[in-house]
Amino acid sequence: MTLRQRLREKISAAFYRHGLLCASYPVPIILFTSASILTCCYPLLRLPLPGTGPVEFTTGVRDYSVPSHEPQGDLGERPDWYRGPPVAYIQQVVVKAAVSPWDSSLVTVDVFRSPLGRVFSLLEEIRNHVHKDSSGIRSLESLCLQVTGLFPGLRRMQSVLPEHGCLLVSPGNYWQNQRELFDSDPDLLKTIQKHEPKGLHTSATLRDLLFGVPGKYTGVSHYNRKRVVTYTITVVLSSYDARFLGSLRSRLKQLHPSANCSLRDDHMVHVHFKEEIGIAELIPLVTTYFILFAYIYFSTRKIDMVKSKWGLALAAVVTVLSSLLMSVGLCTLFGLTPTLNGGEIFPYLVVVIGLENVLVLTKSVVSTPVDLEVKLRIAQGLSNESWSIMKNMATELCIILIGYFTLVPAIQEFCLFAVVGLVSDFFLQMFFFTTVLSIDIRRMELADLNRRLPAEAGLPPPKPGPLRPREAPPPPRPSPHTITLQTPAFRNLRLPKRLRVVYFLARTRLAQRIIMVGTVIWIGILVYTDPAGIRTYLAAQVSEQSPLGDPGGGGLGVVAPVFRGGDPTSTLSLHHHPAQPEPTPVPENQSQGHQGSARAGPPPVPQAPPSPSVPQITWGAEDEEGWRRLSFRHWPSLFSYYNITLAKRYISILPVIPVTVHLSPQDAIETRHPQDTRHPPPPIIPRVPVDLQTDLTLYKVAALGLAAGVLLVLLLFCLYRVLCPRNYGQNGVSHGRRRRGDLPCDDYGYSPPVSEISPLLLRGHSMDIECLASDGMLLASCCLAGQIRVWDAQTGDCLTVIPKHKLRRSSSSGCWEQRDGWDNVTSTLDPECMCSDARGLSISGDSLSEEEGFPTRRRTPPNRPCLFTDQPDLTPLIDTNFTSQPPSHPPAPPREGFDFGGLVERAYMEHEPPSQSTYPHSPSSASSSPPTAAQLQRRPSLGDNALLLPQERGSTAGTQATADWESSVWAMELRGNLIAAGRSSGKLELWDAVEGSLRCSNEDGVSGITALAFLNNRIVAARLDGSLDFFTVEINKPLCLLQYRGEAITTQPLMSFISPTMVLASGGQDGAICLWDVLTGSRVSHVYGHRGDVTSLVCTTSCVISSGLDDLICIWDRSTGIKLYSIQQEAGCGASLGVISESLLVTGGQGCVSFWDLNFGDLLQTVYLGQSSDGQGVRQLLVLDNAAIVCDFGSELSLVYVPSVLEKLD
Amino acid sequence: MSVTLTAMSDSTVTGGQQQRLTPGPARGPYISFITNRLTNLLIRGALLFCVGVFLSLVLNLLQVQRNVTLFPPDVISSIFSSAWWVPPCCGTASAVIGLLYPCIDSRLGEPHKFKREWSSVMRCVAVFVGINHASAKVDFANNVQLSLTLAALSMGLWWTFDRSRSGFGLGVSIALLATLATQLLVYNGVFQYTSPDFLYIRSWLPCIFFAGVITMGNIGRQLALYEYKFIQDKSHQD
Repeated sequence: MTLRQRLREKISAAFYRHGLLCASYPVPIILFTSASILTCCYPLLRLPLPGTGPVEFTTGVRDYSVPSHEPQGDLGERPDWYRGPPVAYIQQVVVKAAVSPWDSSLVTVDVFRSPLGRVFSLLEEIRNHVHKDSSGIRSLESLCLQVTGLFPGLRRMQSVLPEHGCLLVSPGNYWQNQRELFDSDPDLLKTIQKHEPKGLHTSATLRDLLFGVPGKYTGVSHYNRKRVVTYTITVVLSSYDARFLGSLRSRLKQLHPSANCSLRDDHMVHVHFKEEIGIAELIPLVTTYFILFAYIYFSTRKIDMVKSKWGLALAAVVTVLSSLLMSVGLCTLFGLTPTLNGGEIFPYLVVVIGLENVLVLTKSVVSTPVDLEVKLRIAQGLSNESWSIMKNMATELCIILIGYFTLVPAIQEFCLFAVVGLVSDFFLQMFFFTTVLSIDIRRMELADLNRRLPAEAGLPPPKPGPLRPREAPPPPRPSPHTITLQTPAFRNLRLPKRLRVVYFLARTRLAQRIIMVGTVIWIGILVYTDPAGIRTYLAAQVSEQSPLGDPGGGGLGVVAPVFRGGDPTSTLSLHHHPAQPEPTPVPENQSQGHQGSARAGPPPVPQAPPSPSVPQITWGAEDEEGWRRLSFRHWPSLFSYYNITLAKRYISILPVIPVTVHLSPQDAIETRHPQDTRHPPPPIIPRVPVDLQTDLTLYKVAALGLAAGVLLVLLLFCLYRVLCPRNYGQNGVSHGRRRRGDLPCDDYGYSPPVSEISPLLLRGHSMDIECLASDGMLLASCCLAGQIRVWDAQTGDCLTVIPKHKLRRSSSSGCWEQRDGWDNVTSTLDPECMCSDARGLSISGDSLSEEEGFPTRRRTPPNRPCLFTDQPDLTPLIDTNFTSQPPSHPPAPPREGFDFGGLVERAYMEHEPPSQSTYPHSPSSASSSPPTAAQLQRRPSLGDNALLLPQERGSTAGTQATADWESSVWAMELRGNLIAAGRSSGKLELWDAVEGSLRCSNEDGVSGITALAFLNNRIVAARLDGSLDFFTVEINKPLCLLQYRGEAITTQPLMSFISPTMVLASGGQDGAICLWDVLTGSRVSHVYGHRGDVTSLVCTTSCVISSGLDDLICIWDRSTGIKLYSIQQEAGCGASLGVISESLLVTGGQGCVSFWDLNFGDLLQTVYLGQSSDGQGVRQLLVLDNAAIVCDFGSELSLVYVPSVLEKLD
Repeated sequence: MSVTLTAMSDSTVTGGQQQRLTPGPARGPYISFITNRLTNLLIRGALLFCVGVFLSLVLNLLQVQRNVTLFPPDVISSIFSSAWWVPPCCGTASAVIGLLYPCIDSRLGEPHKFKREWSSVMRCVAVFVGINHASAKVDFANNVQLSLTLAALSMGLWWTFDRSRSGFGLGVSIALLATLATQLLVYNGVFQYTSPDFLYIRSWLPCIFFAGVITMGNIGRQLALYEYKFIQDKSHQD
């Protein structure tokens, strides 16, 4: 034994033990795993949130010096990006200007024209400021950031932004910094508006850039109530000179003193910008994620044969994701901070770690023998794959190790993550996924067990909890081990293309999903782009969360430009300087006549008492860092226009210089443009509260959205109506005739046209008709009285009556005797057996009553002429022999011809009734091989009993060849001019249909014949005890000859069977339908479809149609055994169905027949059969070759021709 | 009687024959469409072409990022920053490679059986994009290191997803040919690398070509498998 083998065995044994452990204690292990995942992920809480928001750092102005490039020892509070000089220093001069006192003679344009006009003088002042001291002369030119040219793609900005020289931005840029242009501009607002981008504002607009404050705070609009105009002059400096800036500050302050200004000027804020993710980077990222999802999809699709695919797929994904999180968490715990962009490497990590192991595990566990215990299955599956798992793991680790030796830091880090991720993934696979798998397998076993319970009733259930002691109807889903139901139901249906498209849309709910996704995206965009929305909030959150971002001592007044909560005005109203929130000033051409005459106002008195007519200029804390109110993309976009990136760099924002400008009305009037007066004063806006005004837009948007939604719904509804004109889901249009009963309608409740015809009535039977048979030319019917009538199928004439003479029977000979005997036997029973077998008796009784009474079960005819004479012989069913007797007639069939024994035996196994479990105490069912034992015990008893009866009857009836009138006809078949009738006594008779004479009979059978079929020149008879007898019909020999009798093993009768071509279908009492290959005797498929007995079966070349006692008609695909669809019939009409052509199904209803399209399951037409049959259900239905339908309405038959339907279909 | 009986049996037999002879549910037009071999080839080629064009655009974008400092005003145009004929060339090349691989497999008589699943193919594509990503984003100390790393990664890709000798041979030869072709193009001035660092480009080109060939071959084989499966199914049905 080599080392390798030994190692292999060791690993396999270890995995086996581990599998046992996992399957034994699933809950503790899952808890343990979750705990360890959480523990490992805990360090992740300390990582900063991902995001592209800028990070801030505040230092004092006085002792500011440019930080060095080298990281210093006392890093302390300094973030690691705070190294080296910033890209630029930004000096903002905030100008607040107002015309005061306000005068009613002034027009609205005066509010901002002259204040804006002051920008030019201020600019002049700033540009020309020179500071002289001992170190030399400094001017702005030497300090400012010199720009060389706009980014090539920005031609439209050329006229507005400075193209060379100092980067100095102010509203004056709109007019190329020339006073003359400003003065000659007839409409300032139009000029400003001209440069605004259309559509959604996703980044900083030009207006924000030039004004330096958000648009609605500038006050440049016609509706400025405060009449204060705010703007900034932004000076971008490349180097910092404290003395120059100090002198500039003092100069400006001196020129324009701000009276009550107490802005702090001792802090400068450094803003660090993270890497930008543009579309250029987004596309590869999205591609990788797309590939990742495709990979996950294709991987998890392979999970098969488990209880819940989705659950396991989720578990697999959770395994991989949490192993990733664990790896990052562990690396952080041990001091390795991730420097790679997490979002970028994440897909590659997932791909490297992979889902393969998980899939291999699942496959291996699923392929272990099903009959093993769950624990053992898990353990076996694990140990089977242990070697390959370990090998793969070692290989991957080796590859990653090689990657580690590339000595590239990024790759090394990636490899480190991958190694930790691999190990934690292995851990999770072993503990988490295996346990989940064991739970899933157990669930599947339980589901299996529920179905197979009868066979295993003797075994104690491994998990008694969710198991019900007995499940009444067998679940329709077959065990996954025998049949796989995977192809969609519409597989074999030939649908028109249009319908296929619609079906596809309906099946995938594509339209709804697209609309949903679209709505979500739209809402997302709305929320994101809303200026007061999530974007600014997030940005602010990020900047606040940065450990050192707080400007430190901003006091109570420092309020981040975040509208906390949902109400943007609540923070505004805190301050005494609420700006007029008018987002887009719309010039309106309304005139109003309270323009007074222009008169000279009083000289400007800055300290004037606050009155409504005197605009008050106040400086609040929010002005201190007015740039905070701007978009966080403000500075990056400004710099990007000059091809300077701020990504991973920082800028320093110097404290603002406040400038207050008071203008006299005289100034305002002087600077007027001649056209200004033509602008109307603002219309008197109703005095709504400020917050209401702001909310108004919100309401408008909401109302518009609602209207759009309603419109969309209406549109879709119309589309829906157009596409699907049928009123699905409704109970159809109520016609007059429809009221009579529940109409047959298809799955969607659609009721097609109704017509009415008068059928040909075949009257003559005195009792209810029990059997119908036809060969196209002739029609034979047999009533409960045992009378067989042969009709001409074309004309409806009665040709023959069998027997010809009305036979008056001695009524009570058989029945009563048997009743007595039954009573006797019952009275002699010992009580112990009673309890167990009485139930068996009742079951037999049930089956009997269902069996014989299926046509009359629900609607018993009120008057029956002779009460008990026509009852079928019950004796074969009643198990009177309670002591298990040894079989008196061991079946010794002559083994000639084809052996159907195996076939039939398997049929019994399959048709084994669920009622087995009602004998929990019966020793036979408790034994390990219950079915055969039980059946063998029961069969002889039947045989004895039935054997007894023919003898009795033989004494009364006399010779062999005489017809048996005591028992009723249960099955009848007509072929040529031969009528084969199977009786409840087990006798098979052959009658000549024309002459009405008994050709021969066979009494070898012991139990009633439930179904007959002609098979070439054989007759196959299914008996109540489940056996199949094959009789030869030879021309030259005596007519009936028992060729072979299948062994009877069960009490389970085959309720119905058919044998078109080479496939034999049989339906049993447990609702099971089996398809057999007649050539090989093997079971082709086995499906459960009905609650209760299968009462009739019809075959077409492509499908099998079955109906059961539950009045359900199921259409099955013949080759795959998949239920295509089912039709719910009216009560009592379950057995009536027939196939007219390949695609036309006819079913009976209350006084009507319905035609269905087999391919689609659509109801084509419902035909009422005249007044005579009103209200009666069609009990049986027979389709003749010439498209005639024979309906059995109690004692009379209706013959209907349906040529029109046929024409349409052909 | 006998007449009727023979008639009966005859009718049964003929009925059975008729029933046997009636065709089952006819296969839809779609399927017969697919089974057409030439059409299938065309579809595969078109698919591979699309994949090639898409990948070339994305990878080009990855490389473009390296050189453009920031915010190109119109990002979309930067996708097509290289010559217009580059993506179609890549698409054609990938279609040829993707069709060549299964063809060679069948000629050599050694069908490729290693990891023939879509999930594996997706993994392969992801690794390929990852190699490109690494070559674009990771800063290497020198070109030798970059070349060695990329070579190791490409070999790893081949070992993980292909492991066939024919695949390796074809990959190496096509990579060499393609590198030679690009060099010739550059020398003749038809095409210019956007990056001034000429050596740099030359160092990663062969490895990227190799990995791309392996990836496209993988996709092509997987697509061919569909056709193969289909023919098998069809013969089985018949």
